[in-house]
Amino acid sequence: MAGLIIAEAAIFTIFVVAYLFYIGKSLTGPTPREVLETPIFYTICLLSSSLTIHYAGKFLERGRRGAFLTLWSLTILLGGLFLFGTGQEWHRLIYEHGLTISTNLFGTTYYSLVGLHAFHVTVGIIMLIIVATFAVAGRVGSEQSRRVDVLSMYWHFVDAVWVVVFTVVYVLGR
Amino acid sequence: MQRVTKTLKAALHSFAFLLSCMTAAAAADPASTGTNVFAPQSTPARSILHLSTFVLTITGLIFVVVFTLLVYSISKFRARSADANSEPAQVYGSTQIELAWTIIPVLIVVVLFMATARVIHAMQDAPEPTNAVQVTVIGHQFWWEYRYPKLGVVTANELHIPVSDPAHPTPTFLQLLSADTDHSFWIPELAGKTDLVPNHPNRMWMDPEHTGVFVGQCAQYCGTQHAKMLLRVSVDTPEDFEQWIREQHQPAVPDERVAAGRRVFETTACINCHAVNGTVANGRFGPDLTHLMSRTTIAAGAALNTPENLSLWIKNPEAIKRGSLMPAMQLSQSDLDALVDYLETLH
Amino acid sequence: MSSNAIAIPGVQVEGKSWLETLHEWVTTVDHKRLGILYIVYGLGFLVVGGVEALIIRIQLIHSHNDFVSPQVFNRMFTMHGTTMIFFVVMPILFGFANYLVPLMIGARDMAFPRLNAFSFWLSAFGGFLLYFSFLGGSGLYGAGNAPDVGWWAYAPLGARAFSPGHSTDYWTLSLLVSGFGSIGTAINIIATVLCMRGPGMKLGRMPLLVWLYLVMGGMVLIAITPLSAAQIMLLVDRYLGGHFFDTQAGGSAVLWMHFFWIFGHPEVYVLVIPAFGFASEIIPVFSRKPIFGYPVMVAATVAIGFVSLSVWAHHMFTVGMNSYANSFFAITTMAVGIPTGIKIFNWIGTIWGGRIQFKVPMLFCIGFLFQFLIAGLTGIIQASVPVDWQLSLSYFVVAHFHYVIVGGILFATFAAFYYWYPKVTGRMLSESLGKWHFWLFVIGFHMTFDVMHIPGLLGMPRRIYTYEPGRGWDTLNLIVSIGAFIQAVAIVVFAWNLVISYFKGAKAGNDPWDAWTLEWSTSSPPPAYNFATVPVVASRRPLWDLKHPEDPDSQYE
Repeated sequence: MAGLIIAEAAIFTIFVVAYLFYIGKSLTGPTPREVLETPIFYTICLLSSSLTIHYAGKFLERGRRGAFLTLWSLTILLGGLFLFGTGQEWHRLIYEHGLTISTNLFGTTYYSLVGLHAFHVTVGIIMLIIVATFAVAGRVGSEQSRRVDVLSMYWHFVDAVWVVVFTVVYVLGR
Repeated sequence: MQRVTKTLKAALHSFAFLLSCMTAAAAADPASTGTNVFAPQSTPARSILHLSTFVLTITGLIFVVVFTLLVYSISKFRARSADANSEPAQVYGSTQIELAWTIIPVLIVVVLFMATARVIHAMQDAPEPTNAVQVTVIGHQFWWEYRYPKLGVVTANELHIPVSDPAHPTPTFLQLLSADTDHSFWIPELAGKTDLVPNHPNRMWMDPEHTGVFVGQCAQYCGTQHAKMLLRVSVDTPEDFEQWIREQHQPAVPDERVAAGRRVFETTACINCHAVNGTVANGRFGPDLTHLMSRTTIAAGAALNTPENLSLWIKNPEAIKRGSLMPAMQLSQSDLDALVDYLETLH
Repeated sequence: MSSNAIAIPGVQVEGKSWLETLHEWVTTVDHKRLGILYIVYGLGFLVVGGVEALIIRIQLIHSHNDFVSPQVFNRMFTMHGTTMIFFVVMPILFGFANYLVPLMIGARDMAFPRLNAFSFWLSAFGGFLLYFSFLGGSGLYGAGNAPDVGWWAYAPLGARAFSPGHSTDYWTLSLLVSGFGSIGTAINIIATVLCMRGPGMKLGRMPLLVWLYLVMGGMVLIAITPLSAAQIMLLVDRYLGGHFFDTQAGGSAVLWMHFFWIFGHPEVYVLVIPAFGFASEIIPVFSRKPIFGYPVMVAATVAIGFVSLSVWAHHMFTVGMNSYANSFFAITTMAVGIPTGIKIFNWIGTIWGGRIQFKVPMLFCIGFLFQFLIAGLTGIIQASVPVDWQLSLSYFVVAHFHYVIVGGILFATFAAFYYWYPKVTGRMLSESLGKWHFWLFVIGFHMTFDVMHIPGLLGMPRRIYTYEPGRGWDTLNLIVSIGAFIQAVAIVVFAWNLVISYFKGAKAGNDPWDAWTLEWSTSSPPPAYNFATVPVVASRRPLWDLKHPEDPDSQYE
C-alpha cells in the first residue's frame, strides 16, 4: 500500500503542479475568486472520517466488532457526505456560473484535480462498503485488523490529498 | 588468440570513431553552404564549435584513458590454462582508489560546467543592439512565415538578412512564434536551433560573416511533412538587402495580359489562404504570394520555382509534398494555365 | 515446465493435454512462469519493433526515396519507439526481475503473486491495444491509423485539432494501461525485496541485481505516474474539451514537455539500471572475483536514482527556457554522469586482477562496457547546452540513445540471456551460435550507430521521412541501413539459438558457471517451490562460502 500511495502521490503532484501553473492564466470565463465557495463543512466531514476510521481500527484490534462496525459505517457516511458536497458544489458551478471542464483553464484544472480526488474517494468508499458488508456477515474480526489497517492507510492518504487540494484550490488559488 | 581478438575489436572501435571525426572535419569547408556543424559562419555557431572542441577534447581524453584500461585489463587478466583450478585473489574494493575515481570526475564536471555556463549566458542573454534587423518567424504546418516588423515586410519561406561586418555588427534578431504545432529553426552553419512553440515566444540571433545562401530545415517533428519544411536564408550585402526590402514593399503591379489568371485567383478559394498586396487577396493561412517570383523554391523548398512545378503544385500538391495542407484546386486546364501565367508576374 | 517435479522411479505421472498446459500458463501466478511470459512477450515485440526499424532504414537508404509514404513512415518511427521501450525492454526486464529476485533472496515467490499475474496481463493487453490501432485507428472519422505523433506525442500535435481520429487515443490508452501494470510489478518487487528475504540475508548481503531492481522499482513508482497523469490530461483535452495543453486557450505546450520528460528521463534509467544489475552479476563470475566495491555500487545506484529525477529538461534545451534553467539542468546532467562513471570503474576494478573466461555472457558484458562508456560520453557532450543547440533533435541524439539502449542495455540483456537460460530451461545455449550472434551484432551495431553520429553533425534532423541530396547524408545513411540488416541477421541467429538449444542444448546442471548466488543452488529449472528448505546465508556470496569453507566471504564482511 505504501508503494501504491507513493505512485498515487506522484499522479496528484502532477495535477497540482498543473493547477498551480495555470492559476491566473485563463483567458476568459469565471475566475476562482468569483465562483468558489470554501467547503468548510464537507472538509470537516472528510477529515473527521480519518478519525473515525482510525478508532474503528483500534476497536477491531481489541475485538470490539460492534464498535468497529459503528465507526466504520460512520466513516462511510462522512465520506459519502463529502461526495454529496462536492456534487452540490459542481452543480452550482455548472448551472449557476456556467463553469465546466471546457470553459477555460480554471475549469479544466479545477474539475480534473477535484474530480481525480473525488474519484479516489469514491473507490475508497466502495472498498469500505465491501468491508462493511463482510463485517455485517460477521466475518471481520481482530484477525483481519491488519488488512483493515491497509485500507485505512489508503483512506488517510485520500484525506491528506484533500488537505493539499483544499489549500491549493481554495486558499492559494484565490 | 582471445587477446588478439579483443584488441582487434578495441582497435576497430577507436578507428571507427576516429574515422567519424575525420570525416566530419574533412567535410568542413569554411565557404560551404551545406549544413555542417563544423563549418560555422556566424558567431553563435562559432561559439558552439569552440565549446564543442573543448568538450570533445575532455571527453576524448576520458575515453582514451578508460578505453586503454579496459583493453589492458581484459587482455592481461585473461584466464590461462595454468590457472584452471585456482581462483585469483578475492579483492573486495579499495577506498583510496574509489575516492580518487570519484573526486577526479567531480573536478572534470565542474570545469565542463563552468565552460558551458559561460557560453549559455553569452548567447542567451546577449543584448539586442539598436541597429539589429528584427524578423518575426512564424512556424506553420509546413512553411515559414517571415515578418519584418520595423521594415513593414511580410514574406514566406525564403529569408533575406544582411551580412554582418565584425567591425560594425548588424546582427539579425529573430522572434520565434508558431501558428499551430511545435517547429524548430535550424541552420547549422549560422546558429544552434531554437524551437517555435505556440504560446511561448522564443528569441535567437545570428550575425553571418559571409554572403551566400544557407540552408537548413525544421528540426522538431510537426506532422506529416516535417521533412520538407526546408529553410533557405539568403545573406545579402547591405545594398542588396536594402534593394530586396524595397522590392518587397512594392504591391503587386497589375498586368492586363494576365487579367484572366488574376480573376481566377481572386474568385476561387485561393484568397482564403493567400495574400497578394494591392489586391483583395488577404488570406493568412498560407504563404504571402506578393513576391512569389523572387523565390528560388516553392512549397518551403520542396520544389524549384518553375512554371511546371507551380502548375503541378496547384493541380496536385500530393505529387510534390504529400500530406501538405495545400488543397488540390479543381481547376480546368485553361484556368490553371491562366492562373500560372498570373502568378509568374508576381515579382 | 515439465520438470517441476522430482522424477520418482516406478511412479506413473499423468501426461497433460495441450489445453491443460495452456490453461496452466494463462492462469499461473508462479513468478518463474510469469517471468518467462514477460520475456517471451518482449522478444515477440522485439521482432515487430525490429521490422519497423528496418522499414525506416530502407526508406532512408538514399535521398528522396519512396519506399513508404510519409504517413506510413511517421507511424513507423512512432510505433518503433513506443514498442521498443514499453513492450520490449520493460517486459523483458520485468521478466528477469520476476524470475530472479525471489530465487536470489531465498523466497518462494513474489510478495503478491496474483497482483503479479494481473500486472502482466495488464501490460500485455496494453501492447495488443497499441497494435490494434492498425486496424481500429480509423475510428469514426475515417482518419487516423496507428499513432504517428512520435513516441513523445508533443502537444499540440496530440490534440484533436492536429490528430483527428483515434490513433493518438490508442497511444494514450495502451500506455496508460500498461503503465498501471508496471506500477503493480514495481510494488511487488519492492514489497518482495523489503519483506521476503531469507534468514541472514540482510540488505547488505543481497546480490547487486536485487538492489538494482529495488531502486528501479522505486523509480517506476515515481516516474511512470507523471506520464499517466499527463495522459489523463490529454484525454480530458481530447474528449472533454479541456485546455491543459490547448495553446489557443492559454494552455502550455511546454507543460506537456515537462510532464513527459519528468517521466521520460527517469524511464531510461529504469531501463538501464537492471542492465547494470546484469553486468554486476555476470562480470564477477567470469572474472572469478567478487564485485569491486559493493557498497559504493549500491550507493552510486541510489545516487543515480535520485539525481536522474532532476535532469529531465535536458531534453528541452532548445525549447527556450531561460539561461538559469538551462544551466541548472546542464549541471545536474553532468552530475549524474559521475556515479555512472564510477560504476564503470568498479566493473573494470572487478576485471582487474581476475582470471577472465571469455564465455558468451562475458563477451556481451565487455561489449556493454565499451559501448556504455561511449554512450555516456556522448551524453556528457550533449549536456553542454550550447553544443546541444546543434546536436539536439538530430541524428546525433538518435545515435546516442541507441548506443545506450542497444549497445548498453540490449548487450547486457543478451549477456543475461546466455547466463540464465541454463537455469530457466536446464540446457546450455550453444556457445558457437552465441559467438556468431555476438560478432555479427557487434559489427552491425557499430556500422549503424557509430556512423549514425555523423549525419547529425552534418545537420540531419530526426523524424524525417526523406532528405535532400547534396548534403552529404546519402552514403552515410546507406552504411547505417546495411548495419541494421546485419543486426537483424544476428537476431535471427539468436532466436534460432534460443529454440534449438531448448531441444538439443547440453544439460546444464545446477551451476554450470560455478557462480555464487542462491539461484545456482536450485535445480535447473528450479522446482515450483524454489527451495526445499529456506536457505540461510552469512555473506554476499553464499555459494562461494559453501565451495570455499577455508576462505568464506563471511570472514571479511
